[in-house]
Amino acid sequence: MIAVIDYGMGNIRSVQKALEVSGARTKIASYAEDLAGCEKIVLPGVGAFGDAMKELRRRGLERAIRAAIAEGRLFLGLCLGLQILFEESEEAPGVKGLSVLKGSVKKFRFSDNTLKVPHMGWNNITFKDHNSKTRLKKTILDGIKDGSYVYFVHSYYVKPADRTLTLTTTNYGVDFVSGVHKDNVYGLQFHPEKSQSVGLSILKNFIGLK
Amino acid sequence: MLTKRIIPCLDIKDGRVVKGVNFINLKDAGDPVQNAAFYDSQGADEIVFLDITASYEKRKTTLELVRNVAETIFLPFTVGGGIRTIEDIRALLNAGCDKVSINTAAVKDPLFVKKASSRFGSQCIVVAIDAKCTLKTRTSQRWEVFINGGRTATGIDALIWARRMERFGAGEILLTSMDYDGTKEGYDIELTRRVSESVRIPVIASGGAGNLDHLYDALTEGKADAVLAASIFHFRQYSVNEAKRYLKKKNVAVRL
Repeated sequence: MIAVIDYGMGNIRSVQKALEVSGARTKIASYAEDLAGCEKIVLPGVGAFGDAMKELRRRGLERAIRAAIAEGRLFLGLCLGLQILFEESEEAPGVKGLSVLKGSVKKFRFSDNTLKVPHMGWNNITFKDHNSKTRLKKTILDGIKDGSYVYFVHSYYVKPADRTLTLTTTNYGVDFVSGVHKDNVYGLQFHPEKSQSVGLSILKNFIGLK
Repeated sequence: MLTKRIIPCLDIKDGRVVKGVNFINLKDAGDPVQNAAFYDSQGADEIVFLDITASYEKRKTTLELVRNVAETIFLPFTVGGGIRTIEDIRALLNAGCDKVSINTAAVKDPLFVKKASSRFGSQCIVVAIDAKCTLKTRTSQRWEVFINGGRTATGIDALIWARRMERFGAGEILLTSMDYDGTKEGYDIELTRRVSESVRIPVIASGGAGNLDHLYDALTEGKADAVLAASIFHFRQYSVNEAKRYLKKKNVAVRL
């Protein structure tokens, strides 16, 4: 059973549907106790960093998520769900994130006037050099082609303190980290649930992870 | 590299597609899910549904449509037409669409855009602007914003309006030229370029596409981030895939 966390931050239905189409049994988790019995957790989310943390705390989900990750349950954060895995964000100075991963969240700032913010649309994911094909085999990127197009909508990006966490990067004015992986924790800046077959394959991989 | 988006637009009335893909291959030309799936298979980057349902009562069928599309198509899609309240937006987003497009309601109450974007995030608030050229001299040109499906002039300058909507939290501008819409003579390049240069959010060009060069012109000279088209795709003059291959050959970054 995969818990899809609902903390009032945007539509989670498409994430749930995409997981179900990819073969998962899912459950909406709105409070800490809903995570019981779920071996995997997906944290979707669109919206603002500060509001998200406030809502997670109010529902007792902040501690519950941290505990589940510490227990080794497989976890996938999407978009804002990736960003709040980190310690802090320029979007909400002074608000502490889940701090499961070390690093911070930055805003896109361009002197070049032609680059629009948000970064919105289809862009490539590039695999990092330290991720050999054999290493990727056991991850959510198994079978995905380097350079695949996926759908992004965001104005902030993560900057992990530890570079080896980087699973993929994407170029938009800068090379930013679009996917991270550490042990049982995955995070993606893009929306696999909106990325057609590539996205569904990634979700299928997550569902198949042991 | 971020690619330019090609977006087919479908008109919806009472939960059915009224201006959709032209028959062939579709069992039911009016079924929104089949239409959306068809464009999905052709490589559309997003889909826009424009709801032209007149009565408030029948809008419930639109929610049903959104639910069905969201359960079948894993591609971003926008719903526009008649959105007036925060509740309207919440209902549509909960039904599964990714963005809503606001037009008349934004002009009547600009703070509505501010409220909507702070509540749901800028990424899902598209402000649609219907613009018409009302002044053209050798040295200057002015476009005015129209509402109520193009029937009512507002006196508002389109460039100023676009900037204001950006400040109020719009995540994207869907810009339709009323002068070119339906002409098949191409997008209003000058208008598109001027709006695109006025804001730092993405601009979708709409109105006037008659051939693939028109798409190219809007994305290059017009500096649009995306192009919306209806009839050239519905009547199978071109497929979305064909359009993308053409653009790629001319060095426009597209997802193929």
